[in-house]
Amino acid sequence: MRIRTLVLAAMTGAVGLAAAAQVPAQAQNDQFFPMLVYRTGPYAPSGIPVANGFRDYYTMINERDGGINGVKITFEECETEYNTKLGVECYEKLKNKGSTGATLINPFSTGITYQLIPKASVDQVPILSMGYGRTAAADGRYFPWVFNFPTTYWSQASAFVSYVGQQEGGMDKLKGKKIAHVFHNSAYGKEANPTLEALAAKYGFEFTGLAVDHPGQEQKATWLQVRRLKPDWIFMSGWGVMNQVAIKEAAAINYPMDHFVGNWWSGSEADVIPAGDGSKGYKSAAFHGAGTGWQVHKDILKYVYGGDEAKAKANNMGEVLYNRTVVNAMFGVEAVRTAQAKFGNKAMTGEQVRWGLENFDLTEARLKELGMEGFTRPVKVSCEDHETGGPIVIQQWDGKTWNVASDWISPIREVVRPMVVAAAEAYAKENNITAQSCN
Amino acid sequence: MIYREAGQFKTSYAGDQRVFPILQDRWCVAAAILFAYAIPLLANEYWLQAVLIPFLIFALAAIGLNLLTGYCGQVSLGTGGFMAVGGYMTYKITTNIPDINIIVVFLIAGLCAALVGLVFGLPSLRIKGFYLAVATLAAQFFIGWILNKVGWFYNYNASGTITAPPREMFGIVVTGPHASAEVRYLVALSLVIVFALVAKNLVRGKVGRAWMAIRDKDIAAEIIGIRPLQTKLLAFTISSFYCGVAGAMTVFLWLGSAETEAFDIFLSFNILFMVIIGGLGSILGSFLGAAFITLVPVFLTNAPLMIGLSMPIDMQKHIEVMLFGSLIIFFLIVEPNGLARLWQITKEKLRLWPFPY
Repeated sequence: MRIRTLVLAAMTGAVGLAAAAQVPAQAQNDQFFPMLVYRTGPYAPSGIPVANGFRDYYTMINERDGGINGVKITFEECETEYNTKLGVECYEKLKNKGSTGATLINPFSTGITYQLIPKASVDQVPILSMGYGRTAAADGRYFPWVFNFPTTYWSQASAFVSYVGQQEGGMDKLKGKKIAHVFHNSAYGKEANPTLEALAAKYGFEFTGLAVDHPGQEQKATWLQVRRLKPDWIFMSGWGVMNQVAIKEAAAINYPMDHFVGNWWSGSEADVIPAGDGSKGYKSAAFHGAGTGWQVHKDILKYVYGGDEAKAKANNMGEVLYNRTVVNAMFGVEAVRTAQAKFGNKAMTGEQVRWGLENFDLTEARLKELGMEGFTRPVKVSCEDHETGGPIVIQQWDGKTWNVASDWISPIREVVRPMVVAAAEAYAKENNITAQSCN
Repeated sequence: MIYREAGQFKTSYAGDQRVFPILQDRWCVAAAILFAYAIPLLANEYWLQAVLIPFLIFALAAIGLNLLTGYCGQVSLGTGGFMAVGGYMTYKITTNIPDINIIVVFLIAGLCAALVGLVFGLPSLRIKGFYLAVATLAAQFFIGWILNKVGWFYNYNASGTITAPPREMFGIVVTGPHASAEVRYLVALSLVIVFALVAKNLVRGKVGRAWMAIRDKDIAAEIIGIRPLQTKLLAFTISSFYCGVAGAMTVFLWLGSAETEAFDIFLSFNILFMVIIGGLGSILGSFLGAAFITLVPVFLTNAPLMIGLSMPIDMQKHIEVMLFGSLIIFFLIVEPNGLARLWQITKEKLRLWPFPY
């Protein structure tokens, strides 16, 4: 009894101690990037390369250039398990760290982005939700603190329809075709539905949405529906373990893989390898190149891994999601640089980084300097347009690597943009937000 | 010695039947409430937003489930579903009729959840134990599905996410992004205190005794004149009302926006665990259980950093999960009746102190 009481007392004390202690913030001149990661849980297959990409790019900038114009980058990871509640906790924990607070936040989860959008403007932390999150945030007048360039779910869905049109031999051939959308039944997965519905009405194809519930390990019912429906094309918005299960199921029912196109979150190595040969020919969207053929990869190899290629590979270098986060980390760093050009070479505050993002202009020449020429596309953000409607490529899996399988395909902006503006206005009305002036 | 109620004579029936019959208890509760109101002076935003507000909300939901499971003996896995009803209905009502005071909206949404709970409680007359758990599991999935499926619940927006709009009370913003963590904490605290006292009051009276009679032996209860259907349905209704209000608070005072995934089956499990670890059939146990489930993971996440140990974040998370699991097992072995029972044992010991036997 005595020992038991003692142990209990010790535990109570320990919990109390946690309340008292807080990790002290660093006081030096540094640019702090909070990192919400998910290295565990059902979304870890997607989360690990994402986290490694950010970490490696920031480390490389510190090692190679000594930081951003002399300001060291610091970062800290916080595990969210892709769970929105933990994401909010992590955000609260990290937002005031570093000498100027969080530079900007990359939630890498649409659910968490939704949570943070209302808070971020109050806390003055810009959100860079690169190609995910709330599409309506592309209207910068109502969402001054949220940036989702280079392109959004809605733009992507419209580009997918363009691509199908190309493959079928013209947009007029879409009439009467059946297109299905297999989506993660969450805010993220549903994003593309209104666009696809609008385009179905415009081009006369038949659209069916097939929801897969979180986390997506069980999809037999969905694919039974696919067998019954026999769609000509399938578009997928999946994430984590859902992707590999879907690809396996599609292979199991002998669905023609080259008519199965994932969005950019449904096309990484971890998604296709488990299905083995069955996944050969599977396609997905992307807005950056595949592989390790660029100068930026050589720099990461040299400065982060000391030339140890096996170790870099083990840390996912060159994988699709890794490359994507290299692009994302680069956007963040370049936004800080843009801000520094105006406010001076010191650690930037959230407010200043927001300015940097709003005046973000990544040119072809700058990409070349960064060793990313042809890796991704130039981006120019404006006050109204936080998305820029950038084009996408379709990449295809050949059983070993991802290869680019199309030209850059532009979204159908005349359909998407009015929908973005309408959605942003509806959100603003519901939440009493007044538009910022963009003149 | 410290905790002796000797000498506290009751001279009236009312005095004998008070919610807290012992003087020390009254003082403790009053002190705890005062301390809780003083917390915003001590805690920073992280603690209020990420730890204390969720603790209060889970405590309220756990009280709700405890009324049903702990007092009335009806196992329910539908807690998450009933909370979702509360959250979504609050959103629906306040976006359509913005003029109603947000607290009133919470209560109306709670009533909606109560109605849904009533419907899903109907099978409880016929099915018992594990089978009832499965029936309420249907509530969990059905409610989640329908809230996701029918656009009316989320005003037909593209993503199905509901966002808490800014609402004011007496000129102070209490919900939405501009509401400070302190205000939201105080609102949540006040609601939880009121509802906890109501629950405490409920379980000592006729209603609570009828529930306990049903829990202990339903046939015997029926023979002494307790009507099982009405009693069980009342338990389902009141429990769902509590859960509904907790769900509304989840969206409006804690997360700010939510989708049905925020109210998934794991939430139902978590709240059931809180009730079991805290103590079935104890209001205090609901608080202790909620504290255990919300505070311990936060402590375990921050502990390695505090002692200056740096390790990869994924390893840290795995260790946290393992430690948390073993702590649950440890506590259940030490005291299968929950933390509330431990407190009761402590009280007995304090009564004899310093001469234990």
